Amino acid sequence: MEIVVLLLLLILGYVFGSWNERRHYRSIIAREAALMHLPAVSSRIAPARPAQQVLVCGSVAVSVDYFKRFLSGLHMFFGGGLTAYESLLDRARREAILRMKAEADKLGAELILNVKYETASISKGEGDSVGTVEVLAYGTALLPADASRRV
Amino acid sequence: MMISNLELVHGQHIREHLGLVQGSTVRSKHVGRDMMASLKNVFGGELTGYTELLQESRDEALQRMIAQATALGANAVLNVRFSTSSVAQGAAEIYVYGTAVILESD
Repeated sequence: MEIVVLLLLLILGYVFGSWNERRHYRSIIAREAALMHLPAVSSRIAPARPAQQVLVCGSVAVSVDYFKRFLSGLHMFFGGGLTAYESLLDRARREAILRMKAEADKLGAELILNVKYETASISKGEGDSVGTVEVLAYGTALLPADASRRV
Repeated sequence: MMISNLELVHGQHIREHLGLVQGSTVRSKHVGRDMMASLKNVFGGELTGYTELLQESRDEALQRMIAQATALGANAVLNVRFSTSSVAQGAAEIYVYGTAVILESD
């Protein structure tokens, strides 16, 4: 009985998890292209022209599916790269940046400076396996000096 | 109140440093969100409940930091940083800190 439940969870996790991931990547790529005009950089030096500074953030909490978690459990036994988590973190970081950019774009920003990431694993599953990660991206958006702030 | 994670503002200089200001919140999720989260743990994907929870806490922490800076008479908080830690299963602490300053136009 337990084996059946486990298999069912694995199959559900695999099917929905990979469907979800593909869909998420498609949406990330589309939105990244749409926000190309607003660069987000990690430089701390602002261009020498008057501008308003506003702190902008974007955050996302994503979870890995059951199949990948099971797989990484096996991987952890043998050691080596955990590709399952690599794509999870990649998606989370890109999504967080996109949300930050979307917020800055709404304010009419032309550049985001000093971008920083903050990553936290918020739910530790059984045996300390990382299940959910939260990624926050934040930076300072530069608004043209004459822009009326619409916060 | 200007909030920024840069250290310099073009066309303005720092007249006075007022020291570090900070704000923090500890939040835990409620049962409904937790149930959704365990479902998502099977299927994978974004945990909207958590995202919202953390966003709300972050906003509140920011508000607390701003209140502190206002009380000191600052007009800007520079070099702001965020920090997140999970204190217990399902509870997260959000911490924001920065330097309160009085800015003056050159």
